[in-house]
Amino acid sequence: MANRPMPLKGKLSALVIVLILAFSVMAPLVYPVNPHEINLDCLRQPPGIFTGHFFSAHPLGTDEEGRDILARLLEGAKISISVSFLAALFAMTVGVAVGLVAGYSGGKTDTALMALCDLILAFPSLLLAIGVSVVLPPGTLTVMLAMASVGWASFARLIRGHVLAIKGSQYVDAARAVGASGPRILWAHILPQCMPLAFTLMAVKLGGYIITEASLSFLGLGAQPPVATWGSMISQGMAYIYSAPWIAVLPGLAIAVAAFCFNMLGEALGDSRTATNSGAQAAPQSGSGKN
Amino acid sequence: MGFAVYLIKKTAITVLLLLGILFITFCLTRALPGDPALALVGQRASPRVIAAIRRQIGADKPFLVQYLSYVKLLSRGEMGRSYSTKKEVLGEIEQKFPNTMKLALAAMLLAAPFGVVLGFWAALRRGTPTDTLLSSISIIGISVPVFFSGLLLMLLVSLRLKLVPPSGTGGIRFLLLPALTLALPSAATFARVTRTMVIETMDMPFIRTARAKGIAGWRVGAVHILRNALIPIVTVMGLDFGSYLNGAVLTETIFGWDGIGRYAVDGIIRRDYPVVLGSILVGTFVFIIVNMLVDIIYHVLDPRVRVFLRR
Repeated sequence: MANRPMPLKGKLSALVIVLILAFSVMAPLVYPVNPHEINLDCLRQPPGIFTGHFFSAHPLGTDEEGRDILARLLEGAKISISVSFLAALFAMTVGVAVGLVAGYSGGKTDTALMALCDLILAFPSLLLAIGVSVVLPPGTLTVMLAMASVGWASFARLIRGHVLAIKGSQYVDAARAVGASGPRILWAHILPQCMPLAFTLMAVKLGGYIITEASLSFLGLGAQPPVATWGSMISQGMAYIYSAPWIAVLPGLAIAVAAFCFNMLGEALGDSRTATNSGAQAAPQSGSGKN
Repeated sequence: MGFAVYLIKKTAITVLLLLGILFITFCLTRALPGDPALALVGQRASPRVIAAIRRQIGADKPFLVQYLSYVKLLSRGEMGRSYSTKKEVLGEIEQKFPNTMKLALAAMLLAAPFGVVLGFWAALRRGTPTDTLLSSISIIGISVPVFFSGLLLMLLVSLRLKLVPPSGTGGIRFLLLPALTLALPSAATFARVTRTMVIETMDMPFIRTARAKGIAGWRVGAVHILRNALIPIVTVMGLDFGSYLNGAVLTETIFGWDGIGRYAVDGIIRRDYPVVLGSILVGTFVFIIVNMLVDIIYHVLDPRVRVFLRR
């Protein structure tokens, strides 16, 4: 399992993500502006450092209700990144568990679980996520569950394949020979071999999760007002796209930058692991229609 | 034998898959907190009216009875009527599906050549700044959400330059922006897959052989490399095409394109069960059919795959 060192693009992307996160978490100290404060005196103020002879109080301008866009972007960053991360983590946990069980037990269990995976993968994923978010009361938890309920299947497929590949290795046989139980073999011997792969797929998928989260909150299914999310900021700003384009464009840029960094990071991690396994890169395409 | 057996098996799997999808969708719609009868007549209607409507749409029956009666309805080739517009769901889908199909085809026509050419170019320049630039552009392509790129295109092309109308359903002038929006992320995906596959193929011994035999460089590229790299590319194209057909939800919403993606979302939000069930069924069906076509194209492109014999 010799990994090549992480390429520079990966390190840079990780740095940007950490900066965004740090800045948004420490917002109360670094940029103590209330993202929900409505200020009718400065509606739709364009971005800029200077306004006349003063430093602007709103470096990235204000929205249609005079709320500070930078403060709202920072709040959105916290929500977007944490929700996407937790959803991916949740999807990974469920997917790894299902993949382990399916791959190790084989037979009918395997067939049934993989049929379920195919079912999920054949489903229009955004529609399924929208469906789930409509069923549950709207909010961040719902978005998380919606994304995880769609996302676990690709993890399960990948891990199941890997389990099948290593189930027959000598060290597994050896463990069985000394009397280790099935759960013990899975937990102590097979799971550790699967985790790097699972984490790689998670990194590859995170960029997509950021976009799905934004799409759901764009459709009004995510965190509810007054909480700011990047997606909802865009949908509110659309009405002013001609007269005050920055209201919608800035959160759009924020989504694009965050997703870009996560995708770059995912690709860098995928690259540095291709020597050991190329499965994670191909995984997003696997599983539909091939079985 | 081969092909017929394959087709029969695939059809059986398709039917089972559709029944499964139908069941999941059914569970989801029945779990929706809102009452469709309430959504229809509003909170202030008398309980008697609500009960009557509930009887009319069958919401008072047990879950399994509702499911079976829907399956029976389907077997007669019907999908019921929309709760809110009272129109035949199947008729609505028949009317909207060609629009989505048009959008999907246009997007694929834009994305496929563009993506493959860019990916091929990047692969030939592997490790050079050109490659880095092209790869970064393709990562940007998959990182910009369609509702944002669509908005930017609308702002620039229709509002500032006034070249095409900003929204609506119709001919090529209406089609251009949504198709472009839909095409951007998939062109990027195609470019990435093409690059990976071409690089993988280039390192294979038969390419060295072809070069050693003195076959011209472009011919090696066009005939030997591309043909072998094409199989996974076609898979990804099939998957993307399938997902355009059933999920161009956001693009259709932004550009007011009257397709089934928007129809489905409207149905979900209005708790219009027949609409939700119908559009998701049709979408999934098309997705599966497209994947089946991809399997068949595999076989044409690469006799080694032998999809038909294996099953």
